Amino acid sequence: MPAHPEFVAQFDAALRGGGLPLGLTARRAEEVERRFAVYRNNVAVSLSQALATRFPVIQRLVGETFFAAMARIYAEVDRPKTPVLHEWGEGFAGFLGGFPPLAAYPYLGDVARIEYARGRAFHAADVPPIDPARLAAAAPDRVRLILHPSVTLLALVHSAVSIWARNQPGGEVLSLATGPETALVLREVGFAVPVHAVRPGDAALLRSVQAGERLATAAAAAQRVEAGHDPQDLLVLLMRAGAIVDARE
Amino acid sequence: MSSTLPSLAGVGFKPQHFAAIRADAAGVGFFEVHAENYMGAGGLPHAQLAAIRADHPLSIHGVGLSIGGARGVDADHLDRLRRLCDRYQPDSFSEHLAWSSHGVEGLGAEYLNDLLPLPYTEETLRLVCDHVDQVQSALGRRMLLENPATYLCFEQSTIPETAFLAEVARRTGCGLLLDVNNVFVSCTNHGTDPRAWLAAFPLHQVGEIHLGGHDAEVLPSGPLLIDSHAAPVADPVWALYAEVIARAGPRPTLVEWDNDLPDWSVLADEARRAGAILARGGQSLARAS
Repeated sequence: MPAHPEFVAQFDAALRGGGLPLGLTARRAEEVERRFAVYRNNVAVSLSQALATRFPVIQRLVGETFFAAMARIYAEVDRPKTPVLHEWGEGFAGFLGGFPPLAAYPYLGDVARIEYARGRAFHAADVPPIDPARLAAAAPDRVRLILHPSVTLLALVHSAVSIWARNQPGGEVLSLATGPETALVLREVGFAVPVHAVRPGDAALLRSVQAGERLATAAAAAQRVEAGHDPQDLLVLLMRAGAIVDARE
Repeated sequence: MSSTLPSLAGVGFKPQHFAAIRADAAGVGFFEVHAENYMGAGGLPHAQLAAIRADHPLSIHGVGLSIGGARGVDADHLDRLRRLCDRYQPDSFSEHLAWSSHGVEGLGAEYLNDLLPLPYTEETLRLVCDHVDQVQSALGRRMLLENPATYLCFEQSTIPETAFLAEVARRTGCGLLLDVNNVFVSCTNHGTDPRAWLAAFPLHQVGEIHLGGHDAEVLPSGPLLIDSHAAPVADPVWALYAEVIARAGPRPTLVEWDNDLPDWSVLADEARRAGAILARGGQSLARAS
């Protein structure tokens, strides 16, 4: 009968705090527990570090010690499903929202959503920006803009963009806005991944463009949520970032 | 295709060192990266790796295949690896004699992010050989399999680690990656002699050597060494390495440093120290022939 599947299952259960598998030996029998603890510690610490790499602002906000303890719990309930650890943590924002010790800090989930989106943008596929002459030649009433795959729009309940920005190393001290914000996350040509808080009209325009609507239709959608909305600043921001990659008529 | 790494000293590439490496990589014969850090679609990691690859030989070192696991190697992960190797055409691909994923029936796999140990038995030998075969046929290349650092042994084991690795190499045609620090760490932890381990190890199968730093604690039975990759290579490990090179001749040698990263100059110095031992090994072999 194959013994290895059973061995692996027992070892894994022991890593999670269950009893040690049979047959472990060490130079002194009484040191088996201590030596097994090296593996328990390696798993917990390496996963905690991987999570901290993805969510540095959350770590800064709750503190390293609290983060490490919380990461152990998160790693138990939402283990990575693949060895590609930069894809891990999609459920972390939801976990934070339901973590009782953090109930007084409801904005943390939104900050984690920003950090997760930044990670995805950092690793998104490479697509070169559109030649500005091509964009200039396009007819606004017919053109559909294609945005870079890193471009992500997040509707946030809290003013998490402001919180995120305040907690950057050397970041600007912004006055904390209150209430909902919409975050625009994208990767610039030089690989920086800034986070912008965008106005309701900008958000409506971007959503419409991402849905494949013509630019004129998207501009009208922006007007409906924000009368007098001028898309100029947003389009300049997107062009400077290299976030418009194609224009199709 | 087999390993085409040069028999020089290489360094594990870390993004923090990119600018310093571009300014001065003198004395570095190749770079090695962890495969899983380059499995995103694009962005800075690939831009940096492409620049490194353009100027240096490259070794891709996997940490997530779970070759010592109970189930077959994950097809999706193997596919990610194949695409990475197709893209960068590395001079060598290596993985570990360890397991790191645990498949739960009906729930898919969970990844533990550590190199976990296995008993050495006829059953695990067959499993490991099957998994190495799977990897080599998917990648269309010969891989190197690395000896682990271990903290415990198993009553179930019936095959010595050196014989287990030699037999995997014999049955699958894979090469071996000799981690001299892991030999020292494991033998110290188990109260055995690293020189006896090395004497029993098939040095002729070694396509690459790893050197790294370890941490130490003291237990009542003696030191407990932990393979941390967060410190300089220890003196006893340098001594064992020099003996290996004197016996086997120069082999591609990587200095690993993954945590608490030092400045690039510290790592480059460690590589130069390995390079000097490699150069002496080459001279003594030339005299002997």
